[in-house]
Amino acid sequence: MFSRREFLMAATATSALLGSGMAGSWSRLMAQQGLTEDTLLSMEAKGNVTLIHITDIHAQLKPLYFREPSINLGLGEVAGLPPHVTGADFLKLYNIAAGSPDAYALTSEDFTALAGTYGRMGGMDRVATIIKRIRAERGADNVLLLDGGDTWQGSYTANKTLGQDMIAVMNALEPDAMTGHWEFTYGTDRVKEAIDSLPFAFLGSNIYDNEWDEPAFEPWKMFERGGSKVAVIGQAFPYTPIANPRWMMPGWSFGIREEDIAKHVEEARAEGADVVVLLSHNGFDVDRKLASRVEGIDVILTGHTHDALPEPVNVGGTLVIASGSNGKFVSRVDLDVKDGKVAGYAFRLIPVFSDVITPDADMAALIDEVRAPYSEELARKLGTTESLLYRRGNFNGTFDDLICRALLEERDAQIALSPGFRWGTSLLPGQDITVEDVHNACAMTYPAVYRNSMSGQMLKDILEDVADNLFNKDPYYQQGGDMVRVGGMGYVIEPGKDIGERISGMTLLATGETIDPARDYVVAGWASVNEGTEGPAIWDVVESHITKTPTITLPENQSVTVKL
Amino acid sequence: MTLTRRDALGLAAGTVAFLTFGGKLAFAAAEETAAAISAFTGGKEPATGKITLDAPEIAENGNTVPVGVTVESPMTADDHVVSVMILAEGNPNPQVATFNFTLMSGTAEAKTRIRLAKTQNVVAIAKMSDGSTYIDKKEVKVTIGGCGG
Repeated sequence: MFSRREFLMAATATSALLGSGMAGSWSRLMAQQGLTEDTLLSMEAKGNVTLIHITDIHAQLKPLYFREPSINLGLGEVAGLPPHVTGADFLKLYNIAAGSPDAYALTSEDFTALAGTYGRMGGMDRVATIIKRIRAERGADNVLLLDGGDTWQGSYTANKTLGQDMIAVMNALEPDAMTGHWEFTYGTDRVKEAIDSLPFAFLGSNIYDNEWDEPAFEPWKMFERGGSKVAVIGQAFPYTPIANPRWMMPGWSFGIREEDIAKHVEEARAEGADVVVLLSHNGFDVDRKLASRVEGIDVILTGHTHDALPEPVNVGGTLVIASGSNGKFVSRVDLDVKDGKVAGYAFRLIPVFSDVITPDADMAALIDEVRAPYSEELARKLGTTESLLYRRGNFNGTFDDLICRALLEERDAQIALSPGFRWGTSLLPGQDITVEDVHNACAMTYPAVYRNSMSGQMLKDILEDVADNLFNKDPYYQQGGDMVRVGGMGYVIEPGKDIGERISGMTLLATGETIDPARDYVVAGWASVNEGTEGPAIWDVVESHITKTPTITLPENQSVTVKL
Repeated sequence: MTLTRRDALGLAAGTVAFLTFGGKLAFAAAEETAAAISAFTGGKEPATGKITLDAPEIAENGNTVPVGVTVESPMTADDHVVSVMILAEGNPNPQVATFNFTLMSGTAEAKTRIRLAKTQNVVAIAKMSDGSTYIDKKEVKVTIGGCGG
């Protein structure tokens, strides 16, 4: 459906301006001249329909720092393919100049220095400006705004309001549809109540009623835009009841269910759809595989794995589009629909430079309003960091090192386990650490910190299990997320091996002794999926630790050895 | 008479004539799986195609994993599905269920829920009225869970 030539026309907003593929020199030029809102947002319109995609905002209303991963391995067929390309390799692949705005937005290269140059990204008031401008330029009747989910969770205020702050903000943006994942961790009753209140569709083709094995959500919806019929199929995160507590959503079953998607594509085409879009929270590799197996999808707007790619990946004529996370990016896809099919397209991944894009006044006021009841607590300073604090990456992040240190010391444990979530914002050296910052790294509805004894064998089993969820060669067996973070223990991992054989060299760091499968160790951790887990909330544990050591310095983590 | 939803399903299930759960404790599960398949097919190697096994890639709850089988067949006197056997290769007792069909069944479809002790292949084999057999297989992972996102 899409030619190679059209492919070359797709690029991030900061590099596409000359349309010449001279991304590098243009980026440097812009860095010299300074970015402007016009250069970021202007785009030569194409065709008759525009899709706007935002996903994985994780309740981040305000501009923030978010360091992209420096390591994001892909195995098997996807080894070395985007999004499994990072750092300097990423810059080379997409012809992006080091030190340019794109380099800052899309990679971890020189992150701290470039963050100083280009500032914070995101902010839903800036996102509102972008969406309003696209609607004004294209005509609101020609635009679909689609939210890929993981929207309602990830901040202090979202946790306090059970996602209501985000719902208020998103409603003001007037999306046409959304799907979900962390949304479900507010529990069945709250999710039903919230969805019933939405003035737009919540789509979930793959969510079934557990008891009757029947579809539980509206699977897809037809929209008329620009004189064309656009079918949007919603795909929630397939492993929500496995990666998150099943007891919080006991009546619903998920799964990939590609045969259902194929059925909905057929139904949509039979009802006259000119364009079929999958609004997905599958994760990139799952969607790439799905695109190769299910016929007839024009565009997959993918989410969950938080990848930001400056070009669509074309899988047999299906465009797979990854729009990043945390409000850092907005994707704009212009489609030229002719004779019942997509004849051409143009794409821009718009990086939301918060110092460049004017905040939308109405949205800024609404954000202030939903945060106002908590403003004092959000701003309460707990300490200062001398190190860059970040989470994203396959094996460890400094923010997780801080959390693990808090778990070990506050809970008097030998080993700490902290989940490898892909959400969680970054803090630059010299920044204050506030209550809001701590919650950005751990705000969720099952925050209890457990303190258990676990055998060495059980610890190995857990590491093997999580590693297989991340590195299974078949994407359909991957759950997204990154490797569980470990404090107090080192290990060696060979991602390319099979389950049971990846982990070795488990060592108790305090003494240097080898972990004994038969011996028990005191382990502290949080975010257990088991019902009835008891203990203080993770943010209280981290706060207590920072209060005792208010200047945070973290040495480079060398406890995980990766063998490729 | 008013039929409730549950009653209706109960009746529908009743049209699958004989549901037999495998008995007695196993020797090595793999050997028993192979032996059971061989006994079912009469020693022939089953072909692929015609039968589709529907099972999740990763079980949400290993204690109750929904599985379904569908076999393409006109279900006529000359050409119909006689029975379908489901096996869980890694369970202590691999023989999970055998569904027997008749012309009255109309279609050869069945669903049940099975317990899986660990990650393993689930196997479904159909036996047709002409004696031919067809197999489908799917790995179902049983995980500890808890770190996605």
